[in-house]
Amino acid sequence: MAASETLTSQAYIQHHLTNLTLGVHPEHGFGFAHSSAEAAEMGFWAINVDTMFFSILLGYLFIWFFRRVAEQMTAGVPGGAQNFVEWIVDFVEENVRGSFTAKNPLVGPLALTIFAWVFLMNLMDLIPVDLIPHLFGQLMSLFGADPHHVFLRIVPTTDPNATFGMALVVFGLVLYYSFKMKGVGGFARELTMQPFGKWGMPANLLLEGISLLSKPLSLALRLFGNMYAGEMIFILIALLYGSSMVLNITGGMLQFVWAVFHILIITLQAFIFMVLTIVYLDMAHQEHH
Amino acid sequence: MNINLTLFAQMIAFAVFVGFCMKFIWPPIVTALAERKAKIAEGLAAAERGHQEKALGEQRALVLIKDAKAAAADIVAQAQKRATEIVEEAKADARSESGRVVAAAQAEIDRETNRAREELRERVATLAVAAAEKILQKEIDIKAHKGLVESFAKQL
Repeated sequence: MAASETLTSQAYIQHHLTNLTLGVHPEHGFGFAHSSAEAAEMGFWAINVDTMFFSILLGYLFIWFFRRVAEQMTAGVPGGAQNFVEWIVDFVEENVRGSFTAKNPLVGPLALTIFAWVFLMNLMDLIPVDLIPHLFGQLMSLFGADPHHVFLRIVPTTDPNATFGMALVVFGLVLYYSFKMKGVGGFARELTMQPFGKWGMPANLLLEGISLLSKPLSLALRLFGNMYAGEMIFILIALLYGSSMVLNITGGMLQFVWAVFHILIITLQAFIFMVLTIVYLDMAHQEHH
Repeated sequence: MNINLTLFAQMIAFAVFVGFCMKFIWPPIVTALAERKAKIAEGLAAAERGHQEKALGEQRALVLIKDAKAAAADIVAQAQKRATEIVEEAKADARSESGRVVAAAQAEIDRETNRAREELRERVATLAVAAAEKILQKEIDIKAHKGLVESFAKQL
């Protein structure tokens, strides 16, 4: 598909980096965007249907599987599925116990949800880049749509909306627990009284404010950047296909190698997001840090 | 690639997933894990107790066996002593009994000897008288000579 006459490399990449956006276009009215430019013109009041669909599908998968196991949970000898779930929960709980010193029943489930959900969303990256978008394009063409203008991105974490969504929820929790645990005064003191004492208040506020705001940004952008770059490399590798046998074989090998390496990255990114969330929330619970 | 309403939709979805996980997934799993942990700890403690009790029992058994062995040796020694005593007693009994039997036999022999002697004496006296009668071929007054004959017989 990559080297078909109607698509240039640039268009191919552009195609893969455009979400299936549903919204109200100022000229064309309500409907799906037919190009990335149109999607941008829709402004804020548009929704990325593909991101929503796959993220909720994967989140539901996680919830469904874990709920099914949790219902039949036994303290006796565990079965296969229970063993698997226990392994993950134990791993998450160990991390929470290691990094989180206060008591909060929210942190464990939060960390588990982040780890499992982010991992599943990242995992979509291992599905060959063209497979599902191509099938979806063909399917939509049955309904009269032009397959070249049917966009689909199956990896929700390559959409900053998804990563910032999670990061902002975590940031909201950090703020909530900072206020709750330290009080407004305590939190304000923490932001203004250190590291330079009370005469350096503006500098303190600047430094602490940056460090506070960098939390959601670093969470969201790290995950987004890693997944976006990984996806981009898959797309670039996919561009090799179709022109000659040598390039096909090279592309196949590269794709395999990159996919193997990517298994590490997707797990690691899910893990980092989880651990940083735990650490940030721990800092929010600490009186002094 | 644009920030749009998806951001808020994702936040809501995320919050819902976390809420569901917190309410329906995390508690049963963690409870079961803690329960199993407690069970295992209990089992290990029980095994440890069992080991200790076994060691104690073994020790107690050893003491008992030692005591029993000592008692048995005691009993055997006593029995041996008793046996020798019985043998000694029996020997003494037999000795005294044999002495008695021998004495009785001796007395009997003495009695018989005396009786035989008396009888012999009488017979000899009669025989001597008869012989004297025959030799002398004449009647002898037994009564007149009895004293003589008896004194004669007594010398036998």
